[in-house]
Amino acid sequence: MVPLSYYLVLSGILFVCGVLGFLIKRNIITIFMSIELMLNGVNLSFVAFAAQWQSLSGQVFVFFVMVVAAAEAAVGLAIIIAVYRTRETLNVDQVNLLKL
Amino acid sequence: MAGAVNLLVQSHPINSALSLIVVMGSLAAEYLLLGAEFVAAVQVIVYAGAIMVLFLITIMLLNAGKEERTKGSRVAVLIGVPGVTIGALLVAWTLVGRSSTTHSVSIGALWGAPKDIARLLFRDFLLPFEVTSVLILIAIMGAVVLASRPEAIVRRHRSDEAPPQETRELVATGKDH
Repeated sequence: MVPLSYYLVLSGILFVCGVLGFLIKRNIITIFMSIELMLNGVNLSFVAFAAQWQSLSGQVFVFFVMVVAAAEAAVGLAIIIAVYRTRETLNVDQVNLLKL
Repeated sequence: MAGAVNLLVQSHPINSALSLIVVMGSLAAEYLLLGAEFVAAVQVIVYAGAIMVLFLITIMLLNAGKEERTKGSRVAVLIGVPGVTIGALLVAWTLVGRSSTTHSVSIGALWGAPKDIARLLFRDFLLPFEVTSVLILIAIMGAVVLASRPEAIVRRHRSDEAPPQETRELVATGKDH
């Protein structure tokens, strides 16, 4: 028997790592990987809660989150390729057309 | 967790991607310990298989090198550090305050059988499931449109609408003669 809070702490650590990577990293691909890390942290807490309440709905929601993550990764990487083709860079600091 | 920290520390995107695969694999093992065998299998197939291959292909296609460090803005430091501190304190306070009422999770009992999940998915969650399939279809089409070369699309459109200007002129001069 493992306390539920351990899983929640691990999930929180994963999420915080994702947020930190999102804010710190300057490579657009690494930023995308940080988003995936955040989604994984949320998935872990979903599964932990589902295991606690013995309810399968949590696992179904994890399934939907994975589907959305796959769609998002496909579209996002296509956007990255398009950005690289026009700007010739992967650094988010140099993609600043919307900056004042 | 070590893999997650490694993802932050590494400066080369390939190394970050490989450490992310480590995170995915250990999370799959964690799901298996929690008894969610279907989710563990899907985690390995979808995340560690499909999404990470997509990432690696993009990294190699774009020939991504080491990233250069830049100094963050001062506003981020001014707002971010207190924000992170307050958030961490809030989470710690919640966990400590509620620790007496937290429940335990049994390990090793496989209760997330694919059969039950399929029954739930195709009966109670049928509409979200179908909407998800439409979402995937739109994502595929969007990815193809975004990743294809823009001049190829323009050329195809032009050839659909009208013949290019020069050939039309040639046809006209031919009629005059």
